[in-house]
Amino acid sequence: MNFDLLEEQELLQETVRQFAANECPPARVRAIFDGEDGHDTELWQGLLELGVGAIAVPDEFGGAGLELLDLALAAEVLGSGAVPGPFLGHSLAGLAILLAGSDAQKKTWLPRLASGETLATVAFAEGDGRWQPDEWTVSGGATLSGVKAHVPFGSHADLFVVGTRGGGLALCERGARGLVVENLAGIDRTRRIAALRLADTPCEALPGGPAAAARVRDAALVLLAADAFGGAAKLLDMSVEYAKTRQQFGVTIGSFQGLKHQLAAMAVEVEPARGLFWYAAYAFDHVPAEAERSAALAKAHLTQVYMQIARDAVEAHGGIGFTWECDVQVYFKRAMFDRAFLGTPAAHRERAAALAGW
Amino acid sequence: MDLSYSAEYEAFRGEVVKFLAANWPLQGKEAELASDQKAALFRGRAIAAGYLARSVPVKYGGSEQAPDVLKGQIIREEFFRARAPGDLAGIGPSMLVPTLLEKGVEWQKEKFIGPTIRGEIVWCQGYSEPGSGSDLASLQTRAELVGDDWVINGQKIWTSGAHVADYMFCLCRTERDAPKHAGISYLLLEMKQPGIEVRPLRQMTGAADFNEVFFSDARTPRDWIVGKRGEGWIVSRTTLKHERNMIGDAANTVMMFEGLVALAKRALRDGRPAIDDPGIRQRLAQLEGYVRSHQYSGYRQLTKAAKAQDPGRIGLMNKLVSTNLGQEMAKLALDLVGDDGLLEPGERRLGAPRENGQWIGQFMWSLGSAVAGGTANIQRNVIGERGLGLPRDAAAQRS
Repeated sequence: MNFDLLEEQELLQETVRQFAANECPPARVRAIFDGEDGHDTELWQGLLELGVGAIAVPDEFGGAGLELLDLALAAEVLGSGAVPGPFLGHSLAGLAILLAGSDAQKKTWLPRLASGETLATVAFAEGDGRWQPDEWTVSGGATLSGVKAHVPFGSHADLFVVGTRGGGLALCERGARGLVVENLAGIDRTRRIAALRLADTPCEALPGGPAAAARVRDAALVLLAADAFGGAAKLLDMSVEYAKTRQQFGVTIGSFQGLKHQLAAMAVEVEPARGLFWYAAYAFDHVPAEAERSAALAKAHLTQVYMQIARDAVEAHGGIGFTWECDVQVYFKRAMFDRAFLGTPAAHRERAAALAGW
Repeated sequence: MDLSYSAEYEAFRGEVVKFLAANWPLQGKEAELASDQKAALFRGRAIAAGYLARSVPVKYGGSEQAPDVLKGQIIREEFFRARAPGDLAGIGPSMLVPTLLEKGVEWQKEKFIGPTIRGEIVWCQGYSEPGSGSDLASLQTRAELVGDDWVINGQKIWTSGAHVADYMFCLCRTERDAPKHAGISYLLLEMKQPGIEVRPLRQMTGAADFNEVFFSDARTPRDWIVGKRGEGWIVSRTTLKHERNMIGDAANTVMMFEGLVALAKRALRDGRPAIDDPGIRQRLAQLEGYVRSHQYSGYRQLTKAAKAQDPGRIGLMNKLVSTNLGQEMAKLALDLVGDDGLLEPGERRLGAPRENGQWIGQFMWSLGSAVAGGTANIQRNVIGERGLGLPRDAAAQRS
């Protein structure tokens, strides 16, 4: 009975944390956030060299051969630093190829994803809240036709894992015939998004698609939950720090009970909740019967907590919290991303209810 | 993360299960005893087997086992599963016994610990006073040494179980001129004596679990003091430390949530099970997020305790987390019981399940839990100041 991280896992987090602190301090986050392109290839390459791009990919394909929990722990740290980049879509595309791809597809793509030679992403959303494999309508087969929305770093990706009708998964490459990528002005400028128009676009199906798509979705929910925990915990720290620094009426404002209680209430929302994403990640690899539901609950709970904590953090920072200049807004928008991407908390709570047989 | 237990612990679990199968419920003539007699008999056997009173030395009636958090957890899990009586709850075993073990003198340990953990004597806690609630150290109940006795005058309030208790552990002001915190002593006293009057306080639920206690020249022997004169505040903090060290155990919360789901399946809305209602499903699933968080947070604290590591500020949050959840669940339950919410907790509409009344009781009682043992606002102060390192309130700092 050990509901805690291994030393190696703490080390992994520390390594990523150090990298983020050194290579992606708030000023660099801000430069990317405010920049036109939104993708800092040098920063991304640094993360790939750490192995962050292929944590859960087996060693034979150039990955670290670890589990979803390890990947989620990296996601937590990146969330804590609001580190911009294509980590989410790239990791999920790798998982999709690993879980659904043929041997040849795995051999072709996974090492390239691990090294960063290829930047990959996933194209799941079809608008109006349709994110789930059984809601996909893009036609599969030898070519793809249809529209996909909210594709992370779609304008930068070389390779797309596209969700198709019947819960299938197919690969298509940038520049393929009939593929048009349209940039979208996403709310979260640390994770840019684009839409894809597919018109008879040549593709290659991943043979294990229908079985694996739900697994990839579950992994995605866990990663979003982990990012949300990391971000929420960071916002709590930032708000506490501000309350210890800012002075009014001749004292630090953190001594006032009104603010103190708000901060304590935030802590009580955040602190106990980390186990939700830990357990969901653990279940993904070790308790298959609970994996789907615990991922849904973790995503619903933690992204809603993150969103509320972000609102509280703006308030705790006073007027400065409402400015573009204050870093709180960067997290606020990551919270909006985590909340909406792959479906709202309400959507996943309804799934959790149905999965419990309620 | 590895949620399985090692072979050693699974073997231990096997022993516990075997013991329970042989010893609970009681068989034959023993099965006809009154329920408290049955529990006492069983507890004696469980102590002899090394499963209860594990932190108490054998010479004081315990089983004196090496500290092992995981074994403790396994015992709790299996006893809970078998519905067997576990370590006695209540203020005596959970607060006084650890305090005596740490701060008491030999005769006090010998006299009080054994009977307390066996449930032969019952304690109440004399802390709060009408003018001293959250600001406990301002308490005014006075004890003066007259000959070989302490003579006590004053009043305590919110004293749970004072009407059934044999003894009280009590904070009294003994040092007239000492500063606030340094003027208090920790005294033990007999409840059944002429100088003590206990008046029940009726709660909004209709029950009377706690009391006012009035002292008019009540007496207790000179050496019925734990720690030195004026050290009572520190001694009482020992007790609180034990209370706070208790691992956030979510078993009750999880059980209550399961009861809530069962209620939602049974209760009707527009002639259909309430659990079919999308709004109810949302609220249940939202609550479950908090319930599971609390449960996993308990697992994590257990793991940390087993490794003798500090779980960090989460330990300060358990009470608020569980009382918040108790209130939220009760609010949803009141919506589910619908017009049975017109009834008193003990009343039962013809054909309605008995549990409906329990939920109505819980709707009120969950508020009591949020106040008892440090209000939610005090908990937030503690979390803010000790957990987050925020400065103390200027007014509190002065006193």
